[in-house]
Formats: sequence, structure tokens, C-alpha cells
Amino acid sequence: MKYQSQQVAKLYFLGALLIFSLQIVFGLAGATLYIAPTSIPVDLLPFSVIRMIHTNALIVWLLMGFFGCTYFLLPEETENELYSPFLAKLQFWVFLIAAVVAVGGYLTGHYDGRSYLEQPMFIKVGIVIVALMFLFNCTMTALRGRKTVITNILLMGLWGIAIFFLFAFYLPANVVIDKMFWWWVVHLWVEGVWELVMAAILAFLLIKLTGIDREIVEKWLYVIIGMALFTGILGTGHHYYWIGTPGYWQWIGSIFGGLEPLPFFLIVLFSFTMVRKGGRDHPNRAALLWSLGCSVMAFLGAGVWGFMHTLSWVNYYTHGTQLTAAHGHLAFYGAYAMINLAMFTYAMPLLLGRPPYSQSLNIWSFWILTSGVIVMTLALTGAGIMQTYLERGLGEEYMDVQQQITAFYWVRLGGGVMVTLGLVLYLFALLVPGRAPATSRLGLSSMS
Amino acid sequence: MMVERLTKAAARNIFYGGTIFFFIIFVALVADSFHQARVIEVSNPISHSVAHGKRVWERHACFDCHTLYGEGARFAPEIGRVWLKYGGQTDPAGARDALKAWFQAQPTGVDNRHQMPQFNLSDRDLNDLIDFLRWTSAVDTQNWPPHPAE
Repeated sequence: MKYQSQQVAKLYFLGALLIFSLQIVFGLAGATLYIAPTSIPVDLLPFSVIRMIHTNALIVWLLMGFFGCTYFLLPEETENELYSPFLAKLQFWVFLIAAVVAVGGYLTGHYDGRSYLEQPMFIKVGIVIVALMFLFNCTMTALRGRKTVITNILLMGLWGIAIFFLFAFYLPANVVIDKMFWWWVVHLWVEGVWELVMAAILAFLLIKLTGIDREIVEKWLYVIIGMALFTGILGTGHHYYWIGTPGYWQWIGSIFGGLEPLPFFLIVLFSFTMVRKGGRDHPNRAALLWSLGCSVMAFLGAGVWGFMHTLSWVNYYTHGTQLTAAHGHLAFYGAYAMINLAMFTYAMPLLLGRPPYSQSLNIWSFWILTSGVIVMTLALTGAGIMQTYLERGLGEEYMDVQQQITAFYWVRLGGGVMVTLGLVLYLFALLVPGRAPATSRLGLSSMS
Repeated sequence: MMVERLTKAAARNIFYGGTIFFFIIFVALVADSFHQARVIEVSNPISHSVAHGKRVWERHACFDCHTLYGEGARFAPEIGRVWLKYGGQTDPAGARDALKAWFQAQPTGVDNRHQMPQFNLSDRDLNDLIDFLRWTSAVDTQNWPPHPAE
């Protein structure tokens, strides 16, 4: 680690992992309610509150991870210390406290808004303040340091996240308009600006792990993010099919939504090409596995599972079924959870001043976590196909169908248990000191 | 391959130019859709009670179990056409009473059925929420869902 101020990233990584754990606990609770709906008293903890904590925790830990990744890579990319490490630490605590207050509020019935945006108004304002502290700090750091394409794309993505979040404050009484602009936050985040953040972090990791020439990486980056936004912006149309908007969106959404797998395919090509060309044998093999795994799983989750139901004449039947949940789980995990877990795996040993020990434990956690999410995704896909056939095809009632597809929900819970086990192993590998392999202590200084 | 022939500056310019181009098209189409969504309000006006009913829907996070036009959680039935399912088109007073009775009967506690909480809504909140559900049932959703409530 070259710069002292990179240390603030540690705080963010630990906070992210804590909230990730919270997300998994509430995920297990929600999955259980699908199998045994009366197992948790509804007046104590209804499904709605479980779901909002599960989804909000997901978004908060991913954002917290992105903040940490940015604070870690920015000094190395710009070749100078962060503008204000103090502000970065303050920002962390404001964000964490806002998250804790929000969860406490949810548990006691204080929520308001729309899906993923249930935060009470003062929490939403708090999020904007956190974003402003963050963007100010990073932009100032970038302005006075070396300018790189990675920094540029990363900051563009992060500014985009903050700008599109502002639509969370727009709550028109007309549901059609409300839904249109809700997607300006949700879709333009995960199928837009978040892809910029992911690509930039992945590029940083590949440079560090494979020793590949920066020039090559930068050109690829522009092609990838160009593809992401050219398809992703008008791809928003695949959410405008059945919400009361005009019929032309069925053409636009099908064409551009149908092309959305392309940037993810390019990311797979990119990462494997870089590893082949780079040829550096980095001692942190687990970090490289997470990086490559991220590109593959993002392609499967966001690309393939998205394509499955993006065409309007397919979506007419699959819309509003568990197929959406299947896609959501694999895409969020593959693209955004894994890029964070890759960076944590790479950076934590450096931040803690330890060699990258517990490699095999970390690699085990990779396979168990990833398999768990795949099992969950396949189960939800099965449930979604059954729902499509029975509800949309035959016109059966929602609850009658639910009782016929319980087997899929059992498998989904099984996947969730695997994910839990994988997460415990991951935390163990990352945080508990292990025995250093005999050779790596010497290699420590050349690793960063 | 393609990436090798392209210079970095060209890739960058294509990215900026293309993004601006597609964003402008997107904004223009959204502006048109926005205008058409406002036209809905002429034949299907948003009264105070409809607007307040939407706030009741939001304040109780109904979307975290139900879907509306297929969006939301999938723990409970789609409610975009629930007003029609209760016969609101032919017998509005009967549908209103039936929906109110449904809200007040929750949770059922029946084993193996998904449970809806008792929200203890005031009579005004109930009426406004039902007005909101009536409003949503009249929006043209391009014939979605395939099997609307009969």
C-alpha cells in the first residue's frame, strides 16, 4: 500500500460486510416465509418489512463497497493522498448511522416511498449529504492528481449515481409517471451508471493482478462503457411495456434491451484477454478468481437471465413472476456483489499489512457462495416458469399457484443456506489471521 | 479484432457522442410518454382521494408484497385490476364494501397462506386507497396481464 489515506477504505469494507450479513439474514427470513407463511408472526415482522430490509441492505452495502473501492484505488490512480481522509471517515459514520436508523425505523413501521426507496425523507436527505461529501472529496483528489481513464470513468459513474438518485424525491400522484421516473433511479443505476463503476474497478484490479499495460485496458474500457450506455439508456424501455406507457416502448425496449448482454459479453472477453496477455503471477490468486468470476457471472445474471425476459412478447407472459427475482439475484450478485468481494479480497491483506493468506479458504468461499446463488437462481427460474404457465397461461389464481410451487421455494432456501455458509467462510478468510505461506512474506512489497 | 484497430481517442469520442445521442432520444421519448400519461388524467381524473390513496399505498409499503402492473414484490397477488375483480365496474358500492371487509379481516392466520398484516386503516384511508385501486384499474396497460380479473 503506497498511500496512507487508502486506510479509510478498510472502514468501508468492514461496514459493507456487516450490512451484507444483515442482508443475508433477512433474505433467509423472507425465503422461509415462502415455505411456512405463518412461521414469523405477521404483526411482529411482516414480509414487506423483511423485503425492504433485504433489498435496502443490498443497495447500501454495495454502495458502501463502491465508496471503499474508490477511496482505495483513487490515491494509487491519481498518485496523491485523498483530499480529506477526515471527511471520508465522517462520511462513513454518517452513512452507517443513517443505515442503522433506517433499519430501526423499518422494524418499527417507519417507512415511506417506493420499492427500494422506502427511506423516510430525512434519511433520503442524509443520503444526498453523504453523496455530496463523497463526490467533493473524490473530485478534489482527482483534480490535483494524475488523470487516468479509470478515475474518469469511475467518477462519471459515481456522479451519475448521485444525480439519478434525485428522482427518488419526485413522487407524482399519477402512477404511470411515478413508475416512469422510478426507473430513472433503478434502471439507470443498475443497467447504466453502476456498470461504469464496475468496469472501472475491474480494470484497476486487472492492471494490478495481471500487470497488463494500461493503454490497452483504457481503450477496452471506453468500448465497454459505450456499449453499456448505448444499449442501457434506451433499454429502460423494457420496463415501460405494461405500466400505462405508449406501445412504441415494446419496440425500443425489445431492441435495446435485447442488446444489453453485449457489454457484459465484452467484459468477459476483456478480462480473460487481459489475464492471457498480462502473464503476471500475482500471489493473491483468490482476488483474480473473484475478478474473472465477476465478469462471467455478470454476463450470466445480467446478460443471459436478463435477455430471457426482455423481449416484449416474452415479457407479456413472464412479467411480475419469480423470473424477475431470479434475474435480480444473479445479476446483482454477479455484477455488483462479486466486484466488491473481488476488491475486498485484493485490498484487505494490503490494508491489514498481511500477506494474502487463507487463499484456499477464500477460494472455497467463492465456489460455495457462487453455487448458492446459482441454486437460488435456478429454483426461482423454475418457480417463474411455473407461474408463467399456470397464472399467465391458464389464468389460475396467484395463491393457488403458490401452493403448487413450494418445492422450488425449498430449493431456493437451500441456496440461501449455501450462501450463508459461503459468506461465513469468506469473512473468516478475510478477517481472521492465518498462517502465512513461507514465500509470500518476501513478496509483500511487490504486491501492491 | 475491432478493439485493436480503434484508437483510444476515437473510442472515447464515440462513447461521449453516442451517450449524448442516445440520452437525447430517450429524453424526447420520455417527454412524449409523460405528455400521454397526463392525457389519461382527462378521462380518469386524479381526485384528492386518489392522490391520498396512493400515499396510503406508499406509506404502508404495499408494493413490498404486491405487484402493481407487475412491479413490486411477488409475495402477494397483482392488484392493478383488483377493483374489476371485485365487480367494481358493475357494482361499485358492493366492491367497495367487499374490499373493506377484506382489509379488515387480515391477517387470516390460515396455515400455509401468505399473511397480510392488519394495518388498522381509518375509514378515510380505506376509502381513498380503494379510490386509488379504482383509478389504477382504468389505465390502459397494453392488455397486460394476459388473464385480467374476470
